[in-house]
Amino acid sequence: MATEQFTGAEIVIKALKDQGVDTVFGYPGGAVLPIYDAIFKQNDIKHILVRQEGGAVHAAEGYARSTGKVGVVLVTSGPGATNAVTGLTDALLDSIPLICLTGQVPTHLIGNDAFQEADTTGITRPCTKHNYLVRDIENLSRTMHEAFYVAQNGRPGPVVIDLPKDVQQGKSETYLAPEEVKHRSYRPKVNGEQEHIKEAVELIANAKRPLFYVGGGVINSGDHASEVLTELVRLTGAPCTTTLMGLGAYPGTDKQFVGMLGMHGTYEANLAMYNCDVMINIGARFDDRITGVISKFSPGSKKIHIDIDASSINKNVMVDLPIVGDAGRVVEEMLRLWKEEKRSIESRALKVWWNEIKEWRSKDCLGYSQEDSIIKPQHAIKRLYELTKDRKPYVTTEVGQHQMWAAQYFHFDEPKKWMTSGGLGTMGYGLPAAVGAQIAHHDDLVIDVSGEASFMMNMQELGTIAQYNLPVKIFIVNNQWMGMVRQWQQLLHGNRHSESYSDALPDFVKLAESFGLVGMRCEKAEDLDRMLQEMIDCPHPVLFDCRVAKEENCYPMIPSGAGHNEMLLGPEDVAEKPISEEGMVLV
Amino acid sequence: MAPIETNTESRTIAVLVDNEPGVLARVIGLFSGRGYNIESLTVTEVDVAHGLSRITVVTSGTAQILEQIKAQLGRLVPVHRVRDLSIEGSSVERELALIKVAGAGDKRVEALRIADIFRARVVDSSHDHFVFEMTGKSDKLDVFVDLMQPLGLIDVSRTGVVAISRGPKAL
Repeated sequence: MATEQFTGAEIVIKALKDQGVDTVFGYPGGAVLPIYDAIFKQNDIKHILVRQEGGAVHAAEGYARSTGKVGVVLVTSGPGATNAVTGLTDALLDSIPLICLTGQVPTHLIGNDAFQEADTTGITRPCTKHNYLVRDIENLSRTMHEAFYVAQNGRPGPVVIDLPKDVQQGKSETYLAPEEVKHRSYRPKVNGEQEHIKEAVELIANAKRPLFYVGGGVINSGDHASEVLTELVRLTGAPCTTTLMGLGAYPGTDKQFVGMLGMHGTYEANLAMYNCDVMINIGARFDDRITGVISKFSPGSKKIHIDIDASSINKNVMVDLPIVGDAGRVVEEMLRLWKEEKRSIESRALKVWWNEIKEWRSKDCLGYSQEDSIIKPQHAIKRLYELTKDRKPYVTTEVGQHQMWAAQYFHFDEPKKWMTSGGLGTMGYGLPAAVGAQIAHHDDLVIDVSGEASFMMNMQELGTIAQYNLPVKIFIVNNQWMGMVRQWQQLLHGNRHSESYSDALPDFVKLAESFGLVGMRCEKAEDLDRMLQEMIDCPHPVLFDCRVAKEENCYPMIPSGAGHNEMLLGPEDVAEKPISEEGMVLV
Repeated sequence: MAPIETNTESRTIAVLVDNEPGVLARVIGLFSGRGYNIESLTVTEVDVAHGLSRITVVTSGTAQILEQIKAQLGRLVPVHRVRDLSIEGSSVERELALIKVAGAGDKRVEALRIADIFRARVVDSSHDHFVFEMTGKSDKLDVFVDLMQPLGLIDVSRTGVVAISRGPKAL
């Protein structure tokens, strides 16, 4: 009996199906036409046509982060691949599992500067977790499954598979199923050293001023990690803060949650970080947005660091007790030991610690006053949160002031609801990410909290939203400035607003309508709630132009080169605390 | 928090990798992208049956940076093993050099005499040149090259360091 033969394109589709993929985000072109043809001939995998390849990668990120599955991208060679680079870098820095299939010129033309040829594996080597060029169809199915394994296991990340057109069109009898493929070398360590976990439990139990510092690693580890973490934090009675990426890993409305920490974190979270005696870092990486100047970072604490990536340990901050392993597994073991050994933290010490924290909380560092009819941006976002929280929305953001306000005023009680570009800080991330989240969650409320400048960076994706009638709510906090740039120019450059004004903005309502979406504009505080409700209730996509106070800045803030104990709480603090020379060179 | 160290030291690190396209570029890109030093780097396939190559890299940095380098190497997907040969037991390090010296008369005689002292072999010669082959520790090669300088040294090719641990255990 003749064995079945597959084309390379068919092998790609079969491998995607076997990996459980139901959605691919992409854009066609000459070098991927065989795969597009194979997509045409089947119904299991849905293809979402974006308007630019960069949008495809961010959409796949939104899909991946809101589902916990791998996001899949399909783009053509040359410009298709180079347009994907920003999104790949974004996914690498935020540890998002992606597979990006790129077309390539046929193998005999590689290196000839052929039409739409780019050295894709060369270009993407430093911005992916791993990449492959498949030169031989016999290796195709193995490579596909290996790539999925690499993308998801260990610290997740983006993997590129470059597919020459002749490999897509070639024929082979070789198809390996996922379970037949075992990676030769990549075996990430998931279980922490038992001795170290015991030591960690001992340290926490003997702490007087403990603090849990939780990052995106807990979300990447899966919902179970959030559950065991929440139980452990509650049993200990200790305060918990999260990074920007960790929002939702611990319930944001819980009384033990002290808010996000870092550059625009809460006063209480940052002072708790500065003053704690035992810090339990779970799945966070001591990023510079978190630590401020290293020499002033949490100077008196014993530091426990749980991370699946050994290279995150002692990279920026030297720690006392490193545990390399999966956040969920390590915390589960800590929880088991905590219960089994009937551990507790001395209640008197804990009470003193909480009293201190309450003192810091009483500063009400996120307070603002909404007085007249000009909408304060903080107020706009806080009202958006209040009016949508019962719907448990998926929230994406762009990058800048609105992003920080969204992080401050939204609270997430569950993981995977919050999607933002944390590491790379990619303006234009939020709109396509919302497309991905909405595709994955048809009936849920998906909001892109946006700024007018960021929105313009990927607004072509309005076309995608229109085509698939995705009821995404795009909420533009429009202050007609690149607000965060202007804020830094005020702080560091004598208030000289070099090129940071959003000039020549379109009429966003007409823009929305031109795509067949609903456009709304709100200019007065007294109209805000009513119009927000109208947006939320609208079954169609809405572009909401919220005109806000132009000069508002984002506080609290740890200025460059300062420590957590040197926060600026508002504009009145700025004049008193000039930024150091060293701080000026930092970003 | 442990104090931040500022003393730099040199280390020889052995890395066993899959012999696949781009693997060397990954390692070199890691060093350049993160600003680490490469003092010497050698690579070749060492296990044809299993398709494994061995990279020996000599690098320098503070203790914290050196730990980072090893951790970063360790997380590259095609990397099987990373060993710090400078601190994990003792090891043997060797380098090979080919050194071309051109000249005539007394200088030529002197070059040959020094080569003899250093146990360098003549692998090519004519009436007006020698090519010496020499194996040894890198600092010994440095000294030999320096001595050849005034005697008509015109070309040097060196392999970079290869190293292996002492004792009966494999990498």
